[in-house]
Amino acid sequence: MGLQEEVELLRNIPLFAKIEASKLKLLAFTSERLTYAEQDVLFEQGDVGDSAYIIIGGEADIVVNTPGGPLVVATLKQNEIVGEIAILCDVPRTATVRAKTQLTTLRITKDLFFNLVIEFPQIAVEIMRELAHRLEQTTTKLREAVAEAQS
Amino acid sequence: MEQSIFKYILRYSASQQIFLLCVILAFYPFLFITLDLPKIIVNRAIKSGGAEGPFDVPIFGFEIPVDVEQVTYLLILSFSYLALVFITGGFKYYISVFKGRLGERLLRRLRYQLYSRILRFPTPHFKKISQGELIPMITAEVEPLGGFIGIAFADPVFFGGQLVLIIGYIMLQDWVLGLAALALIPIQGYIIPRLQKKVNALGKQRVQNVRRLADHLGESVSGINEIHANDAAKLELSRFGDRLGTIYDIRYEIYQRKFFIKFINNFIDKLTPFFFFSIGGYLVIQGGLTVGALVAVLNAYKDLASPWKELLMWYQQKEDVRIKYEQVVEQFEPQGMLEEKLQLTEPDGSTSLKGDLLVSNVGLADEDGVRSLDAISFEAPVNGHVAIVGDGGSGKTDLGLVLARLVRQTSGTITIGGIDLGQMPESVTGRRISYVGANVNLQAFSVRDNLLYGLKHRPVRPAEYEGLAESVYKLRLSESAITGNSEDDYKADWVDLEEAQVEDNISLNSRVIEILKLADLDEDVYRFGLRGVVDPEEQPEVAARIMSARVALRERFSDPAVAQLIEPFDADAYNRNASVAENILFGLPVGDVFDLERLAEHAYIREVLEKVGLSDDFLEMGKQVAQTMLELFADLPPGHEFFEQFSFIESDDLPEFQAILGRASRGPDGSSEEDKLQLISLPFKIISARHRLDLIDDQMMQRILEARHMFAENLPENLRDNIAFFDGETYNAAASLQDNILFGKLSYGQAQAENKVGALIGNVVDDLDLREIVMIAGLEFQAGIGGARLSQGQRQKVAIARSLLRQPDLFILNEATASLDAVSQNKIIENVLRASEGKGIVWILNRVPDAEQFSKIVVLKSGRIFETGTFDELSTAGGEFQTLLEVG
Repeated sequence: MGLQEEVELLRNIPLFAKIEASKLKLLAFTSERLTYAEQDVLFEQGDVGDSAYIIIGGEADIVVNTPGGPLVVATLKQNEIVGEIAILCDVPRTATVRAKTQLTTLRITKDLFFNLVIEFPQIAVEIMRELAHRLEQTTTKLREAVAEAQS
Repeated sequence: MEQSIFKYILRYSASQQIFLLCVILAFYPFLFITLDLPKIIVNRAIKSGGAEGPFDVPIFGFEIPVDVEQVTYLLILSFSYLALVFITGGFKYYISVFKGRLGERLLRRLRYQLYSRILRFPTPHFKKISQGELIPMITAEVEPLGGFIGIAFADPVFFGGQLVLIIGYIMLQDWVLGLAALALIPIQGYIIPRLQKKVNALGKQRVQNVRRLADHLGESVSGINEIHANDAAKLELSRFGDRLGTIYDIRYEIYQRKFFIKFINNFIDKLTPFFFFSIGGYLVIQGGLTVGALVAVLNAYKDLASPWKELLMWYQQKEDVRIKYEQVVEQFEPQGMLEEKLQLTEPDGSTSLKGDLLVSNVGLADEDGVRSLDAISFEAPVNGHVAIVGDGGSGKTDLGLVLARLVRQTSGTITIGGIDLGQMPESVTGRRISYVGANVNLQAFSVRDNLLYGLKHRPVRPAEYEGLAESVYKLRLSESAITGNSEDDYKADWVDLEEAQVEDNISLNSRVIEILKLADLDEDVYRFGLRGVVDPEEQPEVAARIMSARVALRERFSDPAVAQLIEPFDADAYNRNASVAENILFGLPVGDVFDLERLAEHAYIREVLEKVGLSDDFLEMGKQVAQTMLELFADLPPGHEFFEQFSFIESDDLPEFQAILGRASRGPDGSSEEDKLQLISLPFKIISARHRLDLIDDQMMQRILEARHMFAENLPENLRDNIAFFDGETYNAAASLQDNILFGKLSYGQAQAENKVGALIGNVVDDLDLREIVMIAGLEFQAGIGGARLSQGQRQKVAIARSLLRQPDLFILNEATASLDAVSQNKIIENVLRASEGKGIVWILNRVPDAEQFSKIVVLKSGRIFETGTFDELSTAGGEFQTLLEVG
């Protein structure tokens, strides 16, 4: 796949939909495209985070270590972004991400990510939207869990 | 050392100096005849009108009459003159060479002695004297001494003799004039030394200040990070400037005074003719002296000037050298130097340490009397395992140094088996006792030589010399003996196999490998080995086995699950994970003729491109690359890290390329040759799998392959040695072991390809039993200056391995694993203790819980022993040890 195709691909991701083509090209050129075999690990819970990943093809599991062993809490699909929390607030990785199928990702380094966020407020808004969405999901789950525990 | 340079010269070269004086004395008569013969030729042989024989030929004052023609007589005298010219020239040549050799030999001896003194300095002295001061003393400051040593006695005799001769001649003509000529010499003799004294004092100051300057330089180099981190450049520059200013002031004053002395000298020189003219003239007028005699005296006086000048010069040089010598020597005589015999004598018989290590009442105080150790007494069998623990201020580090005799205690005694540690020669303390501290400095050798450093105490097996090499060696050996240098042959084999308790070099290798594992260094050395190169001509069997690994790895990669991790080199396929430059070269450059970064500049490469018809396409690609780079990076601030990581064009060059593209767009004539070169060099950097610029399609790949073949087939003879081509069947001498096994490029975009491939290589290496071979190659890894190419932890591991290799009776580890991670520390402590069963260990621990593995624990607090005992006793005793243990 060439640079131009990658740019087209990025454009289909909501996060980058409103960014001008030349910036997407820079993003594609400076980001490493990585292919993972099934069960390969993108990063481990507790690692220091230095980059975020955009899923271009395939699926990935988010796995959290619990006292009862590893637990798959979500599955990511094409066009989703993962790993941005650790680089946004400098905390260790909060979960392990593992390839569920053959997986292709675009790896965006911390510096590039911040560059984009600062330069393009649209991206910041998209990320806020995504984070709020996830928070909402988490809260729902928590509420259910609490209700279950009480009953 | 001798306190004055003259004593030093006499002590080491008296007989040679006397010989030199004799040669000079033998030279005088010839010199005299050479001066006298022209007069005889002119007066006797060259007489117009034909003189009659017999003529006299003067030989050393005797007149020998010969009955010959006048012309023959002239020829006899002329040829005698020619012969004399040869003889005097020969004398001068011999004397000069002799002087030079004399000086060089003594200089060599002096430098050697100074260095040997450094090796015997008490270690605390190195806190007071810096490298920056020592280096110029031994290198630059003693250099002029060599020149002076040759003339120390010869010149005053030679020129003094001439002076006496000439003054005598003047006295013969007229004693009054003679006295007049001599009258001012005592005045000069009185004034000059007085003036010179001040110059000497200034010279002394100058030397000291230059040393301080060197010191400052050394400090800046080693502390460069501190200067940057504290923004101290301005301060340092000002300090340096200040020092230069001081030196300038001193030098300027020296010049003024030196030339004032010269002025006085010249004045006095010219004053004497004043006496000749006035007194001599008066005498002539009065009739007491002939005009001829006055002229003769004036001529003689002219000849007086040159030896007199030489003598004065000698005197000034003497003073200069005297100061330098004294100043250097006084720096090399610190208190408490190790006696030479303790350092260099070989022991007779077994030196192994037995009995008890007995430390009684040991104290250590620095110069100000501050005590870091006080009344330390304990006892342990020398083959026991003792741990010393304490907090940072407990003095435990100092105790370690004292036990290894690297620092001498200021009070108390340490004995081993009843023998005083202070009286043991280094052949015992440095062989039977081993020491590793927290800071390890390695030598700038290979890791292997660093490991064997502890086995090299004396030449064990002499080097073999044949023919010319043997006579050169013998000559050098005799020269070493003459100058008091070491007569041990550096090129001999110094490795003492017996000390490592092995039979031969092969078992030494296996022993080294074993020790590497004990010191947890095996993985590091394995990795060095993979990065290392092996000469297939020297080690064909190693190359062959690496080739078998290449084959085995290739088989592994036939598995589709891993196949995409690498792209192997194939002479008939374009490698998408290699750059265009690498694809054309299809080999590794040897030397710097083909620089992968600047391949486009090479004429032969351009020729190949031209022949394949790629020049225009590359130019076109270059334009597109430049266009893309401008588009991508033009908005980024200059110096942004992306330029270095991703851009083909540096940020400073972007405007330049903008202009180049502008000129190119004007048509084919718009671009200069320089522009074209700039553009053509861009596509060489494209790695198609990484950059994904879509510029290299299948057709282009085919044509680049054509270029590859053209390049190899037509490579001129003189360039053949500058490239090692990739060939699936042969070992590539320019590539590392890993690249030889891999024989391909890691694929871009495959997650963790490096780790996965590394693991696969590891598997193959183990399957084929190659790990040892790789490790032995890894032992050749160069440690760099002070071991700088190794991490602090690796250096510590090398030092521990080195000590284990020679199996000391007592092994002192002074926080020797402090730079390592916890896992390594645990491993090493366990391994070292296990490997040293029945041998002594004193371990100054940086982690208190480790003490559990030792049979005796000594607990220090504030320089005193707080308690001693076993782990079980102390851990519940409620004392210092328990506190330390609980703190962690």
